[in-house]
Amino acid sequence: MQEIVNFLIRYKNSIFFLLLLSLSIFFTVQSHSYHKSKFVNSANFVTGGLYDWANDMDSYLHLGEYNKRLLQENEHLRSLLFKKTANDSVSVKMDSASYDTPYTVYSAEVISNNYSKIDNYLLLNGGENDGIKGDLGVITSRGIVGIVEETSKNYTRVLSILNSNSAINVRLKKSKHYGTLVWNGENPNVVQLTYVPKIANIQNGDTVITGGKSFIFPEGIPVGIIHDFHLGTDKNYYDIEVQLFNDMTDIGYVYLIENNNKEELLNLDQKDE
Amino acid sequence: MNRALLSNSIRFVFLVLLQVFILCNVNFLGYINPYLYILFIILLPINLSQTKVLFYSFLLGLCVDFFQDSGGVHASACLVIAYLRPVILRFSFGVTYDHQTLKFRSTDFGERFVYILFMVFIHHLVLFSLEIFNLDHILLILKKTLYSGIFTVLLIIFTMILFRKKAT
Repeated sequence: MQEIVNFLIRYKNSIFFLLLLSLSIFFTVQSHSYHKSKFVNSANFVTGGLYDWANDMDSYLHLGEYNKRLLQENEHLRSLLFKKTANDSVSVKMDSASYDTPYTVYSAEVISNNYSKIDNYLLLNGGENDGIKGDLGVITSRGIVGIVEETSKNYTRVLSILNSNSAINVRLKKSKHYGTLVWNGENPNVVQLTYVPKIANIQNGDTVITGGKSFIFPEGIPVGIIHDFHLGTDKNYYDIEVQLFNDMTDIGYVYLIENNNKEELLNLDQKDE
Repeated sequence: MNRALLSNSIRFVFLVLLQVFILCNVNFLGYINPYLYILFIILLPINLSQTKVLFYSFLLGLCVDFFQDSGGVHASACLVIAYLRPVILRFSFGVTYDHQTLKFRSTDFGERFVYILFMVFIHHLVLFSLEIFNLDHILLILKKTLYSGIFTVLLIIFTMILFRKKAT
């Protein structure tokens, strides 16, 4: 007994070190795996509040730029609206109460954004109190940004598409060939598209959009354009470099999309198994 | 002692905030960031018990992790240099360290430089290995360690010169 106590006293620093180290390695491993409830998380009261405060001061500097983007988006939406009214000569009036859209849209502001690491996250000021839940798709007017991973009362953490855990179903706009969007950790404005079969006819400059096969993003949200491609090592699939429409280093405001039929779809999906 | 505690607490808070709000957003050439906050561990009093050094370093790393959403990456890296600190101190300063009479201000620049160099590069190597967490990217790990390390060392020396106390 005496010896055990002596041993503990002699090596107390090493034991303490190993204890804390294993704790932090545990946090690290947890942070590298997708979809685990994480303890070390910036969507909490203290860090969220501080980022919010810092962003308040910073956002004034970008107001002009965000206004311009908003105008461009309004312009685009207006043109769609005019096209639609011109097409429907007899407009069908619908009772708005019974008009059940499959998607609900929320908006939020990005208060912390990182893009220089392998696993990047965004923090939004808006959380459960604003109706935001887990697994919503996050987009801007230009293209996709990521998927909601964690929410707290007032803040939301988003798994950016610039994250090694991110894999999003996308397709080519001109043909219905699907692929998976991943990121190799290098350039924050270029992501990789894999599993597009050799038979697909692709060219530089082709547009990539979301595929709508997952229940998170609706089909047809812009992603980026192809700027380089070659056949992969197995000679069956292309390795494609996609230049994003979004500037991931400067995002500003985002929209969150909720699929209202998701539970129904998931239930149906599970019945298969 | 109380005064040392106060100045160290202020340094802790200041370095964490500086790190997460400014230095982590530098992204020089796309990915090079300095990690100045380890200056706190470098400057901890030498006669402080090793258990306390480990605990404070862990706390420091965890604070940065909370802001950066990086799990326990910074905490692990800080723990490793805190654990190795006595070894590095003995290696860099030699006999003066063993006699517990060492004061940073009175050491010569070469010895201090070696100490900082070892602390920074070990910290960065552990940090980026855990952050990238993939041996396929070993070249990227080494590249980031080297470039960010140089940036950090320069910034630490610069800060130490800037905040040098008047010779007493």
